[in-house]
Amino acid sequence: MARSSLSRLAAAGLLLSASAAQGAGVLTVAMTAGDIPVTGGNPDQGFEGFRFVATNLYDALINWDLSRADRLAVIKPGLATEWRVDPANTRRWLFTLRDGVKWHDGCPFTADDVVWNFGRFDEKAPQWNPQQFALSRAYLPNFAGAEKVDDKTVALTTKIPSSLFPYEVSFILMTSRCRAEALKYDWAALASQPSGTGPYRFDRMVPHERLEMVPNAEYWDKARVPKQDRLVLLPMPEASTRTAALLSGQVNFVEAPTPDALPRLKSSGMRIVTNAYPHNWSYQLNFVNGPFRDVRVRRAANYALNRADIVELLGGVAQEGPANVPPNTSYYGHPVSYKYDLPKAKALLKEAGCAPCKVTFAISTSGSGQMQPLPMNGLIKSQLEEAGFEVTLRVMDWNALLALARGGVESAPDVDAINVSRAVQDPINGMTRFMQKAQWSPRGGNWGHYYSEDAENLIAAAFNEFDLEKREGILTQIHEKMVDDAVMIWVVHDLNPRALSPKVQGFVQAQSWFQDLTPVTVAK
Amino acid sequence: MARTILWRLLYALPIAFGVSLVCFMLVYIAPGDPLQTVLPPDANAEMIEIVKRAYGFDKPLPVQFAQWLWRAAHGDFGLSVATRRPVSLEVGGALANTMVLAVFAVPLSFAVGAGLGTLAGCAPPGRLGRTLDRLVTGTAVMGVSVPNYWLGLVLVIVFAVELSWLPASGMGMGGSDGFSVLRWADLHYLVLPVVTLALVPVGIIARSTRAAVLEVRGQDFVTTLRAKGLTELAVVRHVLKNAAPGMLAVMGLQFGYLMGGSILVEPVFAWPGSGTLLGRAIVNRDVPVLQGAILSLALIFVATNLAVDLLQAAMDPRVRRA
Repeated sequence: MARSSLSRLAAAGLLLSASAAQGAGVLTVAMTAGDIPVTGGNPDQGFEGFRFVATNLYDALINWDLSRADRLAVIKPGLATEWRVDPANTRRWLFTLRDGVKWHDGCPFTADDVVWNFGRFDEKAPQWNPQQFALSRAYLPNFAGAEKVDDKTVALTTKIPSSLFPYEVSFILMTSRCRAEALKYDWAALASQPSGTGPYRFDRMVPHERLEMVPNAEYWDKARVPKQDRLVLLPMPEASTRTAALLSGQVNFVEAPTPDALPRLKSSGMRIVTNAYPHNWSYQLNFVNGPFRDVRVRRAANYALNRADIVELLGGVAQEGPANVPPNTSYYGHPVSYKYDLPKAKALLKEAGCAPCKVTFAISTSGSGQMQPLPMNGLIKSQLEEAGFEVTLRVMDWNALLALARGGVESAPDVDAINVSRAVQDPINGMTRFMQKAQWSPRGGNWGHYYSEDAENLIAAAFNEFDLEKREGILTQIHEKMVDDAVMIWVVHDLNPRALSPKVQGFVQAQSWFQDLTPVTVAK
Repeated sequence: MARTILWRLLYALPIAFGVSLVCFMLVYIAPGDPLQTVLPPDANAEMIEIVKRAYGFDKPLPVQFAQWLWRAAHGDFGLSVATRRPVSLEVGGALANTMVLAVFAVPLSFAVGAGLGTLAGCAPPGRLGRTLDRLVTGTAVMGVSVPNYWLGLVLVIVFAVELSWLPASGMGMGGSDGFSVLRWADLHYLVLPVVTLALVPVGIIARSTRAAVLEVRGQDFVTTLRAKGLTELAVVRHVLKNAAPGMLAVMGLQFGYLMGGSILVEPVFAWPGSGTLLGRAIVNRDVPVLQGAILSLALIFVATNLAVDLLQAAMDPRVRRA
């Protein structure tokens, strides 16, 4: 009898601990995306696709550390436990792979899988998939090839020596070769049966409506086994719909509520969380035609902005951004400070002989990371005009603005600036792509064809410096140079508001475009 | 009759062709890129060329259109650029979800609109009649004038957020896959979007019905009926019978509109219907989905008009003779 009671108690204890491990509650997220992001590998829908789908289902060789709210997210080991440049060849990186990892389909994760994944970029390879090529390749501008060194080591080669290459690798998510082969490379089938190594497993999807994931109890990083029972993702592009869904209890986690909805949400007991992250709401400038070729005009525009007013317009959910990256970035340095200084802006314009200084900005009505583009641009126009600019806003939809951005300055010579907000979470995406000659559009992200020999030399030095501390010093110089040259007109960094039901606990808002939902619990 | 139907179906072919051609041209005239949804902002020219080739967007536009037309004639509408799912599945699923709304919004709007219109048209002379007429006309004008997406938001705030009587959005906990109109748990997701969508047709049908009834009531045969001693109810019956073909035409048109969903209303309720699909396809420049959706909606309009014509002919011998 006593033995039976003991075994029952033990069983109850086991059940309790199992249920704690399995988690609590259903986390239902209303995304701003208009659709369920692509599930079969690298996602669409920008970084929101990474945030909610891709980094939950998959891992990269190098992941992002999203566990802390008090510093900018940094890269950390993912499916590779370590990486180092080959001392004999600085264009060759060696990645040591993690032991004992399994795909969601049960197959072991191997070096061959890694080579196969990087083979997706070869048009002749059977695993070449145009959608995945489109969604992945731009993150790897410097990639040249992949080879297996041994069962636990893979070598990736680059076109030029690049100490920043690990950042590129962090955006390439590893998908199961085993599953792709079993499905005979039927990519549509793979989208509804995806297999990664991530902390969540795919459970079910209703196209365009909902995606449901469940915890991967076998996840290799035991600290990140999800603490909820289920994660449900709903696309809700309408901000008012998201707010209503949260207030009526249909969802318990909402992305990007509009500033005017925040008081109502707070008064209903919802928790508003914000944090700085590497986002940059700015204008890229035309260095081929027009007044922004003159650095004095570019500086004048930066001095003319009263960023505090813009933050106020946004209900306080933004941070003044007078430089390219947020101030807590390790390579922020001591850049020129473009604090609001109207007399200085006027003086610079006068010195440049640009009066009235006629400029045309291409802006969008909405778009990923664009915040409130119409009222913000309206206010900026009035601030610039006070300093002596005459601003024409050319309004278009997000798709058209992206096409203009990709086409480059030569396809739109009469446009002086484009307002495309940017993710600046690593030095390549944050700085070098906007400054290098090699990145001149339409080859890359340097839309307006900025060029500076000093900047070219600094960037080359950073790419060739494999001592991280020394590289940090060079990156700092690049940032200071970028700001001094007023390569852009910088406005604000978004604070990325989210509204959470009081039942949602444990969410740590990382300073990143990506977020870790695994520690979240939802009271029932 | 069979010959009429056949001719009308044949008419549908050039209409479908014209709609497809215009839609195709409009998508390409508008600035933007059909590959925007899959290409990141910094995709370089070389990469864009590779992806264009893979998706078939590298060919001249007339060739692209001809290829699409040929495949469509064989029942293959291609794959969505954004999702790589067959367009037939995308459009079919969205139309089915909109049909769920229409099944409820159509009878609601027809019954309320025709009822109000008849009431106003048949209002007795005198102060009471005038008041009734003004009330109905005012309601109808409001129905036509109030932006329905705004009304949708207000209804959500009142009935979902403040009163918590109805859900704010979606098609239930399981999405459209598990949706059943026979379950209240699912059915109450319909209430707010159906009421919102029905508002405009109610206004239009009420105004048209009122006008048709008033017109028929002014005709000589109505005076004759009254002179013969028919009761007012019997007279109204005759009036309605004569006004019915005109009302039917308006209702047919409204049915077509409701089947098209609403680009503005469906997103407010996160309803995955044809309006939401079209809105998303426009933003993404998802040409195959746009082509497939617009062609399907055009054919629904043609079929609805055909059905209305046949019904009118069945109801009115003058139409048959014409």
